[in-house]
Amino acid sequence: MITLSVNGQEHKYDGDPSLPLLWFLRDEAGLPGTKFGCGEALCGACTVHVNGEAVRSCAVQMSDAAGKTVVTIEGLDPHGNHPVQRAWRAVNVPQCGFCQAGQIMQAAALLKQTPNPTDEQIHTAMAGNICRCGCYQRIEAAVRTAATGV
Amino acid sequence: MTHIGKNGPASVSASVVENVSRRAWLKGVVASGSLIVAASALPRGAMAAWKTGADAMPHGTVSDPHVFVAIDKDGIVTIVAHRSEMGTGSKTSLPMVVADEMSADWSRCRVVQAPGDEVKYGNQDTDGSRSLRHFVQPMRQCGAAARLMLEMAAAKRLGVDVSEVEAINHEVVHRHSGRSFGFGELAADAAALPTPAPDQIRLKDPNSFRYIGTGSVPIVDLFGITTGTATYGADVRLPGMKYAVILRPPVLGSKVKSFDASAALKIHGVEKVIEVKGWDWPAKFQPLGGVAVIARNTGMAIKGRDALKVTWTESPHAIYDSDKFREEMLATSRKPGKTVRNDGDIDAAMKSAARVITAEYYVPQFAHAPMEPPVATAWVHDGMAEVWAPVQSPGGTHDDLCKTLGLPYDKVKVNVTLLGGAFGRKSKCDFALEAALLSQTLNAPVRVQWTREDDIQHDFYHAPAVERIEAALDGSNKVIGWRHRNVAPSLFSTFMPDPKYQQPLEYSMGQVDLPFEIANIRCEVGEAAAHSRTGWFRSVRNVPNTFATQCFVAELAHELGRDPKEMLLELIGAPRIVDPRKTTVDLWNYGDPFETYPIDTGRLRGVVELVAEKAGWGRNLPAGHGMGIAVQRCFLSYVATVVEVAVDDKGRISVPRVETAIDCGFFVNPERIVSQIEGAAIMGLTVAKHSAVTFKNGVPQQSNFNDYPVVRIDEAPRVTNVHIVQNGWDVPSSGVGEPATAPFAPAFCNAIFAATQKRIRSLPIGDQISL
Repeated sequence: MITLSVNGQEHKYDGDPSLPLLWFLRDEAGLPGTKFGCGEALCGACTVHVNGEAVRSCAVQMSDAAGKTVVTIEGLDPHGNHPVQRAWRAVNVPQCGFCQAGQIMQAAALLKQTPNPTDEQIHTAMAGNICRCGCYQRIEAAVRTAATGV
Repeated sequence: MTHIGKNGPASVSASVVENVSRRAWLKGVVASGSLIVAASALPRGAMAAWKTGADAMPHGTVSDPHVFVAIDKDGIVTIVAHRSEMGTGSKTSLPMVVADEMSADWSRCRVVQAPGDEVKYGNQDTDGSRSLRHFVQPMRQCGAAARLMLEMAAAKRLGVDVSEVEAINHEVVHRHSGRSFGFGELAADAAALPTPAPDQIRLKDPNSFRYIGTGSVPIVDLFGITTGTATYGADVRLPGMKYAVILRPPVLGSKVKSFDASAALKIHGVEKVIEVKGWDWPAKFQPLGGVAVIARNTGMAIKGRDALKVTWTESPHAIYDSDKFREEMLATSRKPGKTVRNDGDIDAAMKSAARVITAEYYVPQFAHAPMEPPVATAWVHDGMAEVWAPVQSPGGTHDDLCKTLGLPYDKVKVNVTLLGGAFGRKSKCDFALEAALLSQTLNAPVRVQWTREDDIQHDFYHAPAVERIEAALDGSNKVIGWRHRNVAPSLFSTFMPDPKYQQPLEYSMGQVDLPFEIANIRCEVGEAAAHSRTGWFRSVRNVPNTFATQCFVAELAHELGRDPKEMLLELIGAPRIVDPRKTTVDLWNYGDPFETYPIDTGRLRGVVELVAEKAGWGRNLPAGHGMGIAVQRCFLSYVATVVEVAVDDKGRISVPRVETAIDCGFFVNPERIVSQIEGAAIMGLTVAKHSAVTFKNGVPQQSNFNDYPVVRIDEAPRVTNVHIVQNGWDVPSSGVGEPATAPFAPAFCNAIFAATQKRIRSLPIGDQISL
């Protein structure tokens, strides 16, 4: 039995320990905000925080998540008002919106570590998150907006 | 970032309205307290200021407020969005048109997504940049009719003539007395009224719009998207639901011969392995078939699938090798093909030419790769089927489900989730049919998830193309002849026995609709068979055709020592209507009347001149920089792009700036137009730099974002500016989802030439200019 904390709640998992955390979150814990985009840690749609760090949940096995603290988009802020979420709305970032949970989780981790990132730091941190609709200009603007306060 | 041409800047503010339609669709559309009684649909096309092709689409248009609008006693107005939302913003824009026309306060409006039901809502096929083009008029009529019904209810209550009252900001006011009733107070009375006759309905003066044209309304799902609570295709969970993935035939046309599930069934969490029915190709959107693995969650289903051993039958398409195919297409392009447009005498022009300039272009096959891979949930039970899916064509999906399952119309329900990107892929509902078939077999709710590998290896691909253009020049370097041969498999191979030639719908997107003032023009198409499922990708055939024609114009300019923009304007010629119908075999005008949407070179010139001015065309650039320009009338909108590139000493290309001007007629939501065009630059850059799916022995050689890369933030254009031509209601609306992808790649490649003197004639660029 694997035990882990997700968004402040304890969860148990009794299945194959090689299961990617992503599928536990989506299909077993009922938290569909974290998205499946590639399964190979190439697109960032499944980004969550594990012990405070942004990781691709498709590439974290349940055995490695045991005992850890996981935060998903649903748990980033109790009212959905994390500065990054507010900035995303202020800048009207999304088009289809599918990648945005991963983008927001990645940006939140970046700003926690680097509160005032340079353009290059934003690019480096966000380059693992693909947006096929092409919202990058607004993503960059929203990260800056979040850094300076909304 | 937004500027409006001609009349100065528009305000595109960013206020936030959190009136989200959170999962409202789960409750069904407009379930209670609604304006539903005695629906008498307005005559179709009533009061249209301009005629569109909407009536020729299945089930045409509906504009009846009894269908689209509900008001509860607290005054909350619920408006139905009947088109699919894949990122273009139409789920917000069309209901906003209704709200504005009915004088509703948007903060007191809610939007719900319609299920697939074209009999009720009119056409729902969200494709071809048609949502605004075909529905801005019906939605205005709908809102105006609802406003009149509210005014009639208020007038009756006051015992005055309806002309004495007016709906203003969510209430109806009696001008003389100042008495007013909120929409909620009037809802029941208004709902009891029949839909007014068309000649009673008055549309508003466009100058009085509160939302239309302002860009002040954020998308309705903004809060849900940013909090992970918006519902996409894979986010529906039903009690007892099974999770499935399918191993599909590696080569088109092969089928399951035998399979060994023993290893898969030993994996913890794998519950069942069953064969899925496949159809003989061509089969429109019917599933490919294969072997499904059902498990307690998607992850274990994927692991189980990895352990499957399947033997496949042989397929004639195992011969398909995309490199060889390219050579064959190239050889075909060097021979005469079928003539599909013939102006003047091209042979005489070529013979008399002082000089002939020729170039051959290649655009490969590629995949859509929306961030959300195909996925659907279905529950087929007790002679009924309910599906939850991110489909562009909910009505078409509904019909295909009825046929596939053998169920009558009223026993099938298609619930439309948000689409996590689509770009044409989700016009094809094979994934929804797979889920329904599996649910029927398993007698349980089933979700079928495609992996990224499935998506890239089993797409309805954008067909490859070879385009050969020859220009005949006279002694004074005037272009007197233009011959364009277009060799590409047809997307109609998905629907019927392979016609092996581009069809009118295809060659009318950038080949025969050539707007140039040249006396002798011949367009030909050459034979090319399809060896993989073929579909359509954003901008469709305008992608290869615009790449060829707009790069060729820049090549001509260079050969003649001319400025590319001036050369382009010279070829376009004087402002006029170009009508190639007489010399073309079945010109397809995007399904809309030519009289409403002619080929207007004045508007085409307009966007070229606007974008050139905004880009500072001709200005001095730093070393290693270059600018390129391209224009296209694409999906009835006119769009021109100037790309500035910077190429460093290692041949690495970056894009400091993109300027795009669009003339899309009367527009509704400039903020979403800007976002569509910003995105089109990224997508166009991906097409230009990266996109190719290659085949060996009939098998796609790419599988995920490692070998099928797309542009990421660190290679995106630094700035994309968008300029929208301001038009009144007298200029028919066209769309913005499709158009702007087309001119990007040629503008980009023309810019690379300006910077490096290296000509790109073959996409993707890959490492062609690396030093």
